[in-house]
Amino acid sequence: MMINEAEDEEKWLAEGIAGIQHNAFYMHRALDSNNLREALKYSAQMLSELRTSKLSPHKYYDLYMRAFDELRKLEIFFKDEGKHGVSVVDLYELVQHAGNILPRLYLLCTVGSVYIKSKEAPAKEVLKDLVEMCHAVQHPLRGLFVRSYLAQISRDKLPDIGSEYEGDDGTVMDAVEFVLQNFTEMNKLWVRMQHQGPGRVREKQEKERNELRDLVGKNLHVLSQIEGVDLEMYKETVLPRVLEQVVNCKDDLSQYYLMDCIIQVFPDEYHLQTLETLLGACPQLQPTVDIKTVLSRLMDRLSNYAASSADVLPEFLQVEAFGKLSNAIGKVIETQVDMPAVGAITLYVSLLTFTLRVHPDRLDYVDLVLGACVKKLSNIPKLDDSRATKQVVALLSAPLEKYNDIVTALTLSNYPRVMDHLDNGTNKVMAMVIIQSIMKNNTCISTADKVEVLFELIKGLIKDMDGSDVDELDEDDFKDEQNSVARLIHMLYNNEPEEMLKIICTVRKHTMAGGPKRLPFTVPSLVFSALRLVRQLQGQEGDIVGEEVPATPKKIFQLLTQIIEDLSTVPSPELALRLSLQCAEAANDGDLEHVAYEFFTQAFVLYEEEIADSKAQVTAIHLIVGTLQRMNVFGVENRDTLTHKATGYSARLLKKPDQCRAVYACSHLFWVDDQDGVKDGERVLLCLKRALRIANAAQQMANVARGSSGPVTLFVEILNKYLYFFEKGNQQITGAAIQGLIELINTEKQSDSATPDSASDAFLASTMRYIQFQRQKGGIMGEKFESIKL
Amino acid sequence: MVLVLALGDLHIPHRAADLPPKFKSMLVPGKIQHIICTGNLCIKEVQDYLKSLCPDLHIARGEYDEETRYPETKTLTIGQFKLGLCHGHQVIPWGDLDSLAMLQRQLDVDILVTGHTHQFTAYKHEGGVVINPGSATGAYSSITYDVNPSFVLMDIDGLRVVVYVYELIDGEVKVDKIDFKKTTATTHSAH
Repeated sequence: MMINEAEDEEKWLAEGIAGIQHNAFYMHRALDSNNLREALKYSAQMLSELRTSKLSPHKYYDLYMRAFDELRKLEIFFKDEGKHGVSVVDLYELVQHAGNILPRLYLLCTVGSVYIKSKEAPAKEVLKDLVEMCHAVQHPLRGLFVRSYLAQISRDKLPDIGSEYEGDDGTVMDAVEFVLQNFTEMNKLWVRMQHQGPGRVREKQEKERNELRDLVGKNLHVLSQIEGVDLEMYKETVLPRVLEQVVNCKDDLSQYYLMDCIIQVFPDEYHLQTLETLLGACPQLQPTVDIKTVLSRLMDRLSNYAASSADVLPEFLQVEAFGKLSNAIGKVIETQVDMPAVGAITLYVSLLTFTLRVHPDRLDYVDLVLGACVKKLSNIPKLDDSRATKQVVALLSAPLEKYNDIVTALTLSNYPRVMDHLDNGTNKVMAMVIIQSIMKNNTCISTADKVEVLFELIKGLIKDMDGSDVDELDEDDFKDEQNSVARLIHMLYNNEPEEMLKIICTVRKHTMAGGPKRLPFTVPSLVFSALRLVRQLQGQEGDIVGEEVPATPKKIFQLLTQIIEDLSTVPSPELALRLSLQCAEAANDGDLEHVAYEFFTQAFVLYEEEIADSKAQVTAIHLIVGTLQRMNVFGVENRDTLTHKATGYSARLLKKPDQCRAVYACSHLFWVDDQDGVKDGERVLLCLKRALRIANAAQQMANVARGSSGPVTLFVEILNKYLYFFEKGNQQITGAAIQGLIELINTEKQSDSATPDSASDAFLASTMRYIQFQRQKGGIMGEKFESIKL
Repeated sequence: MVLVLALGDLHIPHRAADLPPKFKSMLVPGKIQHIICTGNLCIKEVQDYLKSLCPDLHIARGEYDEETRYPETKTLTIGQFKLGLCHGHQVIPWGDLDSLAMLQRQLDVDILVTGHTHQFTAYKHEGGVVINPGSATGAYSSITYDVNPSFVLMDIDGLRVVVYVYELIDGEVKVDKIDFKKTTATTHSAH
């Protein structure tokens, strides 16, 4: 059916075009022979093609344009009185004899154009006449086009200020009056093209109506171009008249289009000054009009206007733009109860953008907008519309981007309330946005109160929210989240120890709620934050005598103990061990022997009871020994206990080579190169000898298990250690002992069961080179090394 | 001319949020041929970032690294130089140059790169050179107070290596350089 219709239309259009061309041909002949009568006759016939009702707007336009082009030629002919001999006044009367109204009007307008140009009559009178006569065509499509023709030919002949048509007989007011009248009539015609009817028909009609809308809108454009239309005239005459028509036509398609047109076509400063009038029209429009989009576009325009230059900002204040806009929005949302969430929120996003551009310093305004949004969101259950959610995220991101400083956003009391209305997933997305904003801008959050607010905002990341299932979350995403939180902790800082301690306690309070999954990520950051504070206080010690000072290293160590204990819920013994050792060292630096001892105890207990993996044990023992080696705060008894434990565990590692290395590492526990460091030569040697025994045992085991002994690397390592202490002046280590060890190594290498190994060969070779080098040094060192006979 | 970036002990996110912005803007992809990292990154994100600077990335395991499978020690040859890499917490006493020299002899390398102390050092001894690039983020260390963020760039050219150390002191990047020369070329024995 539809295809046939289209085919028919093509046929009719073709017929119409043919008709026009046919008559145009004869019209041209008449023009050439200066035959006015014939010219009028054929032009009238030609214009009769426009009387058709069979064409859709799109096709009718095609036909119209052809007629339009032909009429231009006719106009030229009309203008040249010499050719046809009739005065324009008479011509004006003559064309009214055309048989049918439509051709009559087109011809009249064409002559009218010449008439006005001739100045034989005032422009205003001719225009008035024409615009009223067009009233005779009430068919919507035909009427629209003929009035459009009138608008086109009159465009450059309006009595605007500075135009040649201005004068006693024509003022700007007349021009405006003319355009307004034409506009009003055109809109009425347009509205009459109802788009009622069943589905497909209605769609088609709506489409057709839309194709014609620019014809109507053009008039507004013309009005905006009239020089004489200043703010005063716009305010007093143009806008009220246009709005009157918009409201009275009671047609949603027209209202939406025209409101938007007004906003786009007239200057922004006009809108500012007529804001009340413009907004006042909104509640009077049909309820089906998408007023929120209109308002959004208005606010976007005004936002851009504000951004264009700082000079315009006072104007906004003067007209109380914010107040008027937020009231208008409030009313719209109130009256349109069925407006979906996304619509309302989009409005608020536009208003917020506006506020941030125009009144960036008015945080109270920003908060108001957020508050209004909260109110709207409270009336709906949790958002599940993804578009609405996106808008909320846009709403929340706008202040962050504008202020580049999360601290400002933290002062907006409604900010967290808006976040509360997000679903868990989006809440976390927003939390990440906030964290990223902080990291990007290197923002420092410097009070416990602000930290409190911040952690409230990002609580979706810090702990399990109701309804969310941590297990559902992708592991990598979860890690990213938690690592972000861990990094964030370093941005929370205050130079003032009291406040810093408060911050640490606040963070702890929140991170503890995170549960075993999150603690391994957050605890280390918190611990090191606290250790930095300890170091700061240790640096200041001495200045704060006698005052009631809550922030002391001791207090912080107590807190640290508890924090590390939290890890037992995970459990995370390796991490806890490392952190305990860090604390021990810090306590050592602060001369707190008991505290340091407690931390070592904690570390040993973790080692004994919870670290079973042999590789993990090797690292753990090295960390314990390495830390202990640096301790200078311990008295003899405590030190002995701890070294005894350390060496004991070293010797009990699973693999012999690991045992060997750990034990000779322990030798350093008995020799500290400091001035008052322990230098127990005997016990050093005991360790090294023990290591040697283990290395031997390892060789024998290898022989038995594999049939050949392993590389002599361990022996060479021990040899190096002998040399180390020999150099440092350990009397128990003699040149002879070293000699013996070298011989032992060589014997091992040359034995039948030895496996050649280039690495250990190279190691031995470089060690021997070192001995040579030392011998050649001369002086005391040289002498010493001379005692090693090679 | 071969550029080798040596850095480590970033301790992200445990002790630092990120590299200093001034360092980040200096480290651009495509300029460096090798990266050797002493360890304690600590998370994969940092590894990915380093990889983006240069695909030839070598990492030794630090005690806080999330990835437990990085090697304890690593050796590689660049031009005429044999380099060794180790985090350093395994060598006791920590930071002790004589003990590090022993490791260097054991690995049989010209240049040993280690970390752990967060303190930049470049030390020449009989057996070669020991370099510690410090902590690229200036992370807290129980061993060193007042850590300045630092990293090292080595320019290896024939038998000569120029070590550039970049340190962030009071907000400004200060550069220093040290020259080292090898006396004999590396013999590539069959390993």
